[in-house]
Amino acid sequence: MNRRVVITGVGAVSPLGIGADTLIDRWTAGESGISGGLGACREFEPLEHLTKKEARRSDRFTQMAVVSADEALELSGFGTGEDEELPYPSERIGCIIGTGIGGIGSLQEQDAVLRERGPKAVSPLAVPLMMGNAASAAVAMRFGLKGETYGVMSACAAGAHAIGSATRLIESGRADAAVAGGAESAMIGIALAAFASMGATSPTGISRPFDARRDGFVMGEGAGILVLEEAEAAEARGAEVIGEITGYAATCDASHLTAPDPAGTQSARAISTAIEEAGLEPGDLDYINAHGTSTTLNDSSETRALKVALGSDAYGIPISSTKSVIGHLMGAGGAVEAVATILTLKQGIAPPTVGLEEPDEELDLDYIPGEARPLTAKNERLTAISNSFGFGGHNAVLCFRGA
Amino acid sequence: MTAKAEPEAVEKVIFDGLAEVGAEPSDINREATFEALDVDSLDLVEIAQIVEDEFGVELAGEDVQDLKTVGEVVDLVVSKGS
Repeated sequence: MNRRVVITGVGAVSPLGIGADTLIDRWTAGESGISGGLGACREFEPLEHLTKKEARRSDRFTQMAVVSADEALELSGFGTGEDEELPYPSERIGCIIGTGIGGIGSLQEQDAVLRERGPKAVSPLAVPLMMGNAASAAVAMRFGLKGETYGVMSACAAGAHAIGSATRLIESGRADAAVAGGAESAMIGIALAAFASMGATSPTGISRPFDARRDGFVMGEGAGILVLEEAEAAEARGAEVIGEITGYAATCDASHLTAPDPAGTQSARAISTAIEEAGLEPGDLDYINAHGTSTTLNDSSETRALKVALGSDAYGIPISSTKSVIGHLMGAGGAVEAVATILTLKQGIAPPTVGLEEPDEELDLDYIPGEARPLTAKNERLTAISNSFGFGGHNAVLCFRGA
Repeated sequence: MTAKAEPEAVEKVIFDGLAEVGAEPSDINREATFEALDVDSLDLVEIAQIVEDEFGVELAGEDVQDLKTVGEVVDLVVSKGS
């Protein structure tokens, strides 16, 4: 089993705008997509990208996944028009897309219909709109992908789990390619109230990961999609490789429903195992895209986990949090951050943790405050990890190498 | 109160409903097939809900499953409502 997995396409819809390049360019420039205490995708108008029929048959999270997939597949040179053929047999292409919650906005709308007009008025589209696998189903149908296809629901680790699962699908020989990522759109009353009720979200509405004043995460929405291919097959068809997934590991704290294990033992094990799978030593890493949620608990537990996993090397590796500029995209977070990590390695510049101004004395790693910073490869190519940790104690870590 | 299922009224409600579920308005006419309009079973349930709201006529799945054209559904609603 020596099949390597390369990335040939990326796409994103984020609070910074439409497109993967928009995400990395604006973040690198230190711009934020957060306003009014939310990371809303204000530039995303579904009908600019989808027909009326496509739009009304998909919840906003699915719409964002589809638009991100359009971008990613076009970049990878997959046939995306009606007469164009996919570069692999359709049965050999999988589609795995994560979400934390699914179509909760559609659920809320139909619940209102039920209350106001009775059960017979509930839409026949209610189930396909809200089901957690709606995004993977819609993307698979759009492109005719007939390999292993499903949705992943693992809270804020879903996007990373989906990409990791798709990587293993290709490594194991069960697929030649996969479309993988995450999507989330849950910025409605019930979800905002529920996260606030448990004290997870920021009462001040400010995302400032690793800052002493951090007081919770800012909810965001969006989607990130990657096209993954088996390396030799991608090379044989002349695809342009953007990066490679060299390691993946997932663990569980099994300690608390929502709070991360303060010792970070299992998140550290996920980091160590992913690096080991990539054949790296801690000191080989050039960059870390942190989970960095801006909650008191995550940022200190994650810092501890990095120290446990990387030892003294943790102090010499630049770290930044995408959530500082887009908020927490929950089930889409790991996927949008994977896109950001790959493009960070591609451009050789690490974007900053925006808003980090007052250091917390217990958080003493290099979180790139202020401005973006050029990266210098310690080995032949730049390497990075991206951390994702979800409620339920789910930890997923991806290791990337630049092209 | 629901409206009386007169042919012209039923046709208008169904045409509007088809446009609402995403069929191309200029393609909608009595002779158009649901297949050509890309209208599937889920869409037809929505059309049935609209028809019941407007005219009090209940369309079950087995009533419409063999119907191919828009006109056939209009005629069925008119006959059930009279």
